[in-house]
Amino acid sequence: MSLLKNNNRYDRQIRLKEFGQTAQDNLNRAKVLVIGAGGLGCPALQYLASAGVGTIGIVDFDHVELSNLQRQILFNMDDIGKPKAETAATKIKAMNPEIQVHVYSFKITNQNALDIIVEYDIVIDGSDDFATRYLVNDACVLLNKPLVYGAVLRFEGQIGVFNVANLSTRIKSNYRDLFPVPPASQSHISCNDLGVLGVVPGIIGTMQAAEAIKILTNIGNPLSNKILTYDVLKNEFYEFQITENKGHSHQMPKDKAEFQAYNYEWFCSTHEPSLEINSTEFNQMRLNEELTIIDVREMYEQPVELEFPVIRMPLSRWEEDLLMISTNHTIVVVCQSGVRSLAAVKKLKVLFLDQNIYSLQGGIHALKNNDKLNLL
Amino acid sequence: MKINILAFGQIVDIIGTSSWTISGVDNTDQLELKLTHDFPGLLNTKYALAVNKKVIHQNTTLSHDDTVAILPPFSGG
Repeated sequence: MSLLKNNNRYDRQIRLKEFGQTAQDNLNRAKVLVIGAGGLGCPALQYLASAGVGTIGIVDFDHVELSNLQRQILFNMDDIGKPKAETAATKIKAMNPEIQVHVYSFKITNQNALDIIVEYDIVIDGSDDFATRYLVNDACVLLNKPLVYGAVLRFEGQIGVFNVANLSTRIKSNYRDLFPVPPASQSHISCNDLGVLGVVPGIIGTMQAAEAIKILTNIGNPLSNKILTYDVLKNEFYEFQITENKGHSHQMPKDKAEFQAYNYEWFCSTHEPSLEINSTEFNQMRLNEELTIIDVREMYEQPVELEFPVIRMPLSRWEEDLLMISTNHTIVVVCQSGVRSLAAVKKLKVLFLDQNIYSLQGGIHALKNNDKLNLL
Repeated sequence: MKINILAFGQIVDIIGTSSWTISGVDNTDQLELKLTHDFPGLLNTKYALAVNKKVIHQNTTLSHDDTVAILPPFSGG
């Protein structure tokens, strides 16, 4: 402790009247976990270590590659092939030997995440896949830990602070308030596919460190309940105010047991909920629950009357009618052969994100054939 | 009534521009219908919508000169 007090390592920030020795002491006592020692993690780690965050955890299971060096600035040619977390730890310890660094050279999973995160005051998410992002988000919500989120793509970056209440509203939002469910697997896009300009994670990762330092020292206004986007080409920032998304809560694991049973890889990669039900499933659903059945056939199509109540909504005037739909029931869309109804379901999905919506596979034709089979 | 639209990330690729104006829509449901009709690629893309910088979760009435921003998730780190 005498070493900390007597050297002038932190002199330039202690001189700041808003910061001072109190903030420095807070930093020295603080524990920050950085998930991912990549493009975001490297600059974040450098600034956290140099600012004197007393304990830093680094989670990364990967090894340094040549293509990392363009943006992962803690590493050099000699580090290629070495484990990232350990290598990053060595580098920041060399920069500031007064801090403690804990290394987790394995993948963070729903089995180990809670035990690791609970040891820290703040988490910085510098991961590079949706499964980890949702997992870390949910773990931080369950443990009520501030999470500094950052993500980059090409020339753009996003940063935000989750699980930190606004002083006025007391509301705490998280990633699922912004994106309740991950993108479909085919639209997963990463820097590996589309590239990223190295300075973009440099800027966003540095901002993540800044947000962590602000929260730990209680200076300034953290980006809580907000997402700030940055476009390096236009030099533009745009701020989104996140509002509570009540619909997302059922997606989120509610306790440790649910969290550990949650299959994040599946949820984020292959999870493409079926948009279709077959006629047997349809008949079963009609028995079990109240359905809102939408018939998108044109008015002249036969048979006009079906053996169940429907809302007629011909696809030709679809757009005017669509906005009148208001239901909490499962929606089943039907047409003659199941082609138009599937297209309609895809459109409806955009408007009714959290509702079960299905197209009747094979349409009314299949339903009739199924009835015939039952009679035989 | 004129609505300003801002697109971010891969939404710009789907639509071909990052900012433009649109008319003939009274609310965000109508706007989404129009956009997904004109740019079907949006149907397979997750995004958040914000009206005048505030993220929305349900249909929201639009007024003249409102700005609607379309933000997709990024995973890169």
